[in-house]
Amino acid sequence: MNDAQKPALLAVQGVTKAYPGVVANSDVSFSIREGEVHALLGENGAGKSTLVKMIYGLVQPDAGAMELRGVPYAPADPRAARAAGVGMVFQHFSLFEALNVAENVALGMENPPKLRALAQAIRDVSTEYGLPLDPGRMVGDLSAGERQRVEIIRCLLQSPKLLIMDEPTSVLTPQEVEILFKTLRQLAAEGTAILYISHKLEEIRSLCDEATILRRGKVVDTCTPREKTARELAEMMVGAVLTPPARSGGAKGAVALQVAGLSVDSPIPFGTSLKDISFAVRRGEVLGIAGVAGNGQDELLLALSGEVRTARDAVQIDGVGIGDQGPNERRRAGLVAAPEERLGHAAAPDMTLVENALLSGAVRQGLVRRGFIDWAAAKGFAQTIVRDFDVRTPSTGVAARALSGGNLQKFVIGRELSQSPGVIVINQPTWGVDASAAAAIRQAILDRAAAGAAVVCISQDLDELLEIADNFAALNEGRLSAQRPVQGLSIEEIGLMMGGAHGMEVAHHGP
Amino acid sequence: MVRLEKRPSPSRFWTMATPVVAVALTMIAGGIMFALLGKNPVEAIRTIFWDPLFNEQFASYSRPQLLVKAGPLILIAVGLSLGFRAGIWNIGAEGQYIIGAICGAAVGLAFYPVEAWYVFPLMVIAGGLGGWAWAMIPAILRTRFATNEILVSLLLVYVAQAILASMALGALRNPEGGGFPGSRNLSQYPAAANPELIAGTGMHWGVVAAFIAVIAAYVLLHRHMLGFSIRLAGQAPRAARFAGVNPDRLVLLCMGLSGGLAGLAGLFEVAGPAGQISIDFGSGYGFTAIIVAFLGRLNPVGILLAGLLMALTYIGGELAQFMLGLPSAAIQAFQGMLLFFLLAVDLFSNYRLRFGKREAV
Amino acid sequence: MDLSAINPAVLVASLMMAAVPIILAAIGELVVEKSGVLNLGVEGMMIIGAVCGFVVAVKTGSPFVGFLGGAAGGAGLSLIFALLTQVLLANQVATGLALTLFGLGLSSLLGQGFNGIKPPATGKVPMGPLADIPGVGPVLFQHNLGVYLSIAVIAAVWWGLKYSRMGLILRAVGENHDAAHALGYKVVRIRIAAILFGGAMAGLGGAYISLVRVPQWTDGITAGAGWIALAIVVFASWRPWRVLIGAYLFGGITVLQLNLQVANVPIPVEYLSMAPYLITILVLVIMSSGRGRAAAAPAALGQNFHASR
Repeated sequence: MNDAQKPALLAVQGVTKAYPGVVANSDVSFSIREGEVHALLGENGAGKSTLVKMIYGLVQPDAGAMELRGVPYAPADPRAARAAGVGMVFQHFSLFEALNVAENVALGMENPPKLRALAQAIRDVSTEYGLPLDPGRMVGDLSAGERQRVEIIRCLLQSPKLLIMDEPTSVLTPQEVEILFKTLRQLAAEGTAILYISHKLEEIRSLCDEATILRRGKVVDTCTPREKTARELAEMMVGAVLTPPARSGGAKGAVALQVAGLSVDSPIPFGTSLKDISFAVRRGEVLGIAGVAGNGQDELLLALSGEVRTARDAVQIDGVGIGDQGPNERRRAGLVAAPEERLGHAAAPDMTLVENALLSGAVRQGLVRRGFIDWAAAKGFAQTIVRDFDVRTPSTGVAARALSGGNLQKFVIGRELSQSPGVIVINQPTWGVDASAAAAIRQAILDRAAAGAAVVCISQDLDELLEIADNFAALNEGRLSAQRPVQGLSIEEIGLMMGGAHGMEVAHHGP
Repeated sequence: MVRLEKRPSPSRFWTMATPVVAVALTMIAGGIMFALLGKNPVEAIRTIFWDPLFNEQFASYSRPQLLVKAGPLILIAVGLSLGFRAGIWNIGAEGQYIIGAICGAAVGLAFYPVEAWYVFPLMVIAGGLGGWAWAMIPAILRTRFATNEILVSLLLVYVAQAILASMALGALRNPEGGGFPGSRNLSQYPAAANPELIAGTGMHWGVVAAFIAVIAAYVLLHRHMLGFSIRLAGQAPRAARFAGVNPDRLVLLCMGLSGGLAGLAGLFEVAGPAGQISIDFGSGYGFTAIIVAFLGRLNPVGILLAGLLMALTYIGGELAQFMLGLPSAAIQAFQGMLLFFLLAVDLFSNYRLRFGKREAV
Repeated sequence: MDLSAINPAVLVASLMMAAVPIILAAIGELVVEKSGVLNLGVEGMMIIGAVCGFVVAVKTGSPFVGFLGGAAGGAGLSLIFALLTQVLLANQVATGLALTLFGLGLSSLLGQGFNGIKPPATGKVPMGPLADIPGVGPVLFQHNLGVYLSIAVIAAVWWGLKYSRMGLILRAVGENHDAAHALGYKVVRIRIAAILFGGAMAGLGGAYISLVRVPQWTDGITAGAGWIALAIVVFASWRPWRVLIGAYLFGGITVLQLNLQVANVPIPVEYLSMAPYLITILVLVIMSSGRGRAAAAPAALGQNFHASR
């Protein structure tokens, strides 16, 4: 029996789901067979997450129907989905940091065995699939890659018929991705269907048998990914041809930001401490810092922005030590920073855009005189950002939480870049942003560099870094690798800089 | 099926309307409570909310009392609201109020019987400093040792009450009082007294201070960077750190301000309406002020109105006790209920109700 | 001054009794906080429990029914908290304070006319000859049911949180409510159940004060015991057996200062009576300044949950 004749395991028929103001899924249909690796491909906001949440019972569709093995399937909650043989590995892990691995696994199962038996089962399955895990360890102490293993093993222990994976590789090094793919292929060979969500085209081409492409909540195409080029897939996904940002190979100036022997204890519970980090960035240069999530990116941003203070000379701007200074002193010295988390860190969700413009713009834009706020000037600054960075908003008087993710990101990045900074530090500039907004943000960063700013761009998106960075380094367990010029760097080398396979091993049991 | 949906931006209408709706709902629920106590609910509500202001027989006495009661409530609540906005929970204002009164009174009594212009100003300073210092205990413990300021500030109320008792019985006892507990009456010592400034209005220096505090807090919150930092720290603590706000300094500032204002309120009370340090000096203003702060939406102008309303329930409650035999505890329960309803309808500022199909919750 | 009047065995026995209300309230609050909810209304729920327990016991003549009444009263008040914070998403700190303020008012309203009455006596658990063992007997075997019950509740909560499925789910909800929701657990329902348990326990503790410890009804009878219970949860780093240690420590200080008052120690009564509060603060400082405290508290403590999408 060849693949095409295998019966459909899951069939989704005309599913629609609307939220106030946005139709997340409109008349979506597709089906997946046993043993098939099926890709759901689409940009951020295309409706992939909503679709799989319906399959996993977290959300109920407004219209449409689903069938599992020919039987109507409408899970009322995730327990029902799990009972029917559907497992899911979340993008933002559904894990509990203060509980140990075995307890976390037990929480994701319907009728878990006693903890001791479960611990043994975890050891067995984890060695069988090359995902080593110690059941007694606290999840908070695990790396991002290890946490994903917990999620995967939690699913595998229930021998699912359908395994949903939501953007699983965003937390893995290239080597770890290879091993994960081997595990997934082995599972597929054993008959498990895998629904694989991603916007990474090369991954889908190498792993998936079929692809359903979503754009703005609708199925726009289906294809066999191996038969398409990455560029063709991208055009199906985005609906337009994208031009890569223009880079000027301008001359680099003097060193603007110098970091030497920076070591910081993490202020975040279960965070990663920074260990002896050193690098230098010249004017006009973009340093890309890669790394798997949770390897010290947040801590590095905090130490550079001034939210965490260090030894005076560990951080220097134009040769002056500012490591012991706070955020506003550093802004005065010319450094601006944009944290990864938009709502709650870079911006206050319930405050207006004017107030949020004041939040980090007060010092460099002169919005405060002798302690008193110049609201007119703050409003003017907010309007400038909205205009220059094409932020779609009815006015500057709305709360930040009312903006879409992409628009808020444009506002936050725009706020920092508009302050004519000498040094720019950005963590995850385009995370969760659609392709056109991402392109605009990357272009704006390059423009600032061309104007003479030194840029540190921390990102987990390797393609992004290769696109905009001049030099490249990677964070691994709080340490920074040596800097290398981007040109001539291979994916293999990058992966090793990020920590290689982190002790993962290839699955070693036969089908 | 009814479900909640978060509004994109907080509703301005509901921010203004919630206190009004809460008061209305409390009147209904309070009426039911009064009916259960065997009182005519309409009469009870009228006695509490209408008669103190407009009844010909009582209004001449009650109206001045309005400012007398509202003054300390507003003064304390304005201070508390700054901390509450920043997510700093000083709930021990009652203790700071008591200590402020003791310190201020002690200074006044130390000068007795000197008649000099500087006695009262020195008392005011001592009262404010006393409340400030008492609030600094939880503030410093929080910044130095990360100790929960809610529990410490509250536990210190019990300590302050013990100190009050000890003072009334010991160090500050009136040597000419025939051995009865309680200090000399400051209101009968002109240099230390906080008299009614305009006859028949109830206006005294504490009320003046309350009005000044309202205006200053308004300017601080809406025009000054410090007020912006306070709001930011309460709404998004991590964003505040990103903006360069030092959380420890904010704790010391907010706790110190609220403690100082509570101490001032205590001083004005002991030198005026109360007159003396006595065992039962602590009358619960420090706790009622928490209700006032929330009822006023942590907004200085709102607090002014809420303080007046809450003062009205005190006076009306006394009147209802006298006229209808309504137990005084009923008013306390009534005030607590008001806070419940306020917190409940507050939902509509940030959420709206949707009637429609069931959502997985 | 006559310190020889203080008998160590009696002292230990009476501290165990003095600690019961705080143990009950604190272990209830511990469960609430483990589910990620901060209910600062313990004092209010205790005093409502005290008055309900007292009134019911006097009316029925049965202390046992009285205790049930106290638990029901505490749970009833906590239901308001649950409704406001879990359904209407009100701020937990403010709602907890409201609960205390309302409880204090309502309790003195309900207690009108019950001042000065003696409640029916709660008997000791008959332990036969065990009670007559010198030294050990009075300490361990001459108590009323409350003392044994309080220890049993701690053991049950300890076991439940550590070994039962329900306890695991409760901890998970308190640790990360979004993840628990994503796995299909009913965050709001679980939290409401925890809040009701906490309310019932606080009510029981309050009833113990008015029926056994004092035993009579006066306004404000709990005198801050609810706040002490909250402090003891922090002291215990959210671990059940440490609640016992904390409560016995506090009970010991309370009993000791009462004994010192009786023994006419030359320290003014007011200063002796503030000692328990000061020592509680001191202990809080010591506990909170230690490292690892942040990790001990449930990560979602005090945060409201609303499933948006």
